[in-house]
Amino acid sequence: MLEDKNRIFQNLYNDLGADVVSSKKRGDWVDTKQIISKGRDWIINEIKSSELRGRGGAGFPTGLKWSFAPKEVGSRPHYLVINADESEPGTCKDRDILRFEPHKLIEGCLIAAYSVNAHVCYIYIRGEYFNEGQKLQNAINDAYSKNLIGKNASGSGWDFDIFIHYGAGAYICGEETALLESLEGKKGQPRLKPPFPALIGLYGCPTIINNVETIAVVPTILRRGAKWFASIGKPKNTGTKIFCISGNVNKPCNVEEEMGIPLKELIENHAGGVIGGWDNLKAVIPGGSSMPMLPKDVCESINMDFDSLVEQKSGLGTAGIVVINKDQDIIKCMARIARFYKHESCGQCTPCREGSGWMWRMLERMTKGEASREEVDMLMDVTKQIEGHTICAFGEGSSWPVQGLLRHFKKEIIKRNNFNPLVNKNNKIPYLVDQHLLEKDNV
Amino acid sequence: MSVKKISKDQPDTFEFNAQNIELANKMISNYPKGKQQSAVMALLYLAQRQNNNWIPLTAMKYIAKFLEMPYIKVYEVASFYSMYNLSPVGKFFYQVCTTTPCMLRGAYKLVDVCKNKISKNENEISKDGNCSWMEVECLGACISAPMVQINDHYYEDLDEKKLEKIIGQTTEGKIPEPGSYTGRTNSEPENNRKTLLGIKNA
Repeated sequence: MLEDKNRIFQNLYNDLGADVVSSKKRGDWVDTKQIISKGRDWIINEIKSSELRGRGGAGFPTGLKWSFAPKEVGSRPHYLVINADESEPGTCKDRDILRFEPHKLIEGCLIAAYSVNAHVCYIYIRGEYFNEGQKLQNAINDAYSKNLIGKNASGSGWDFDIFIHYGAGAYICGEETALLESLEGKKGQPRLKPPFPALIGLYGCPTIINNVETIAVVPTILRRGAKWFASIGKPKNTGTKIFCISGNVNKPCNVEEEMGIPLKELIENHAGGVIGGWDNLKAVIPGGSSMPMLPKDVCESINMDFDSLVEQKSGLGTAGIVVINKDQDIIKCMARIARFYKHESCGQCTPCREGSGWMWRMLERMTKGEASREEVDMLMDVTKQIEGHTICAFGEGSSWPVQGLLRHFKKEIIKRNNFNPLVNKNNKIPYLVDQHLLEKDNV
Repeated sequence: MSVKKISKDQPDTFEFNAQNIELANKMISNYPKGKQQSAVMALLYLAQRQNNNWIPLTAMKYIAKFLEMPYIKVYEVASFYSMYNLSPVGKFFYQVCTTTPCMLRGAYKLVDVCKNKISKNENEISKDGNCSWMEVECLGACISAPMVQINDHYYEDLDEKKLEKIIGQTTEGKIPEPGSYTGRTNSEPENNRKTLLGIKNA
């Protein structure tokens, strides 16, 4: 278990107060000026050598991302955008940072903005987090009044402004280019990449977009040193991470732990174990709903870091762990996730808009045992039609978890849906999903 | 994408009150010059708050003029995002999260309570005119599941009885106390904390 002194978010449970005075006692804003005076290159190199990877889901190296911003400011200003549109089912880490550690985030914004030559930062908060947004706004106001940000922020000579922009309940706006569209006052539909936002982003200007947790850990890394951060966890998967453990556990919670901690330790030690005991475990979704689920035998030994989970054909994602025990109907759980994706698809690309609905309807029928044996393979085929054929990663996000279900629980689905296609003579027709309906019409 | 019903009863006119005009101008000033369209989401929120938590078509037209942008672009935004209500909702608007992490912990039991105590169907205003409810997708409080959002506030760690009590309070017109209903501190594991104990006990 990680030692308490190595935890970055000392106020994760709000024991100390989130205001600027208590934040300063915890070390925020202490020597921001000195950090900034070491210069852009030093900061970016330090973040690079700390091997910090983005905490928003994709795990892209943060230092590398910052280095993509143009070195000189041309005719267009640079922007920093913070992605606080946290809506991945199973994830609620950013909410606690916004509520209880807002000054870590604001200080991180200043340092990151300086490193990428931005004077303006927008924090895009999901609209449902209205109260969290108000708390952050209060913290921003405090920071302004103490001249920590604003003109000549913290005495660094850098002018810096932060504005909050509320989303309005669209999951897709967590995708970076959809977020930019939304910031520009349009529907949140993702843009084609390239051009990447680092060169052409918000209002066509160079824009760096980072997750809340990524930015909030930056000041601590720079204070305590990249070596310290890199010494926690494993190579390429360094540092600490807030894990959200929800679902069928006795004590659902958020906890900051080192990367690469065994999943079993997280569940048994921090979350009070699976309801009904470890043997009652059915499956675990390791990184928010878009990551494929893991069956119990994998959960016994898996470590929670980016690379170990990729080896198991899953991913760390946002580290939102959803535990499902044997009292639940696993197909129904997946059908509900498919409904989520059907609801949240932005409608721009046909494979995703139509395919997410197909997957949902097929899974609903499989839950009831109304699908034929062949449809199980057809479902796999539908996921393959979506994956890789969409503008953004939503296509993968919606089809991977279904593939995960089919990979590990196919036997169970077939057991429940084990009859021949009703229309045998038509069963060669590809993608005829509603074969059983066709039969009814014929009768 | 969510299906949205546009209300058939539309008011004839809509204008921001003085306070909201000031707020709207402040919102616009958050964005660079000439990019006032960025403020459309914030202005729609202002309109929604001013107009009993829903947005009439006249408000969209008004905002379009206010921001010098085409009406259809405002309509597009208002109908794309699920948090803009295009039909009247109750004074207490219950949003029950039923996505998988909440479902695993019994969110559909809460839906049944809403059906019995508020109204049979989603988006139907209760008989006393105070409440309405709908199922929503993940609200980002999964470790406090099951939970309900009522207007701006989160009500966490609920069960049927607790929700019935909350509904009882709102039908009397009172705002219930937001937060966790098992009394745990924020997102800590209840009575099972293993971390940051030095700080807790200090």
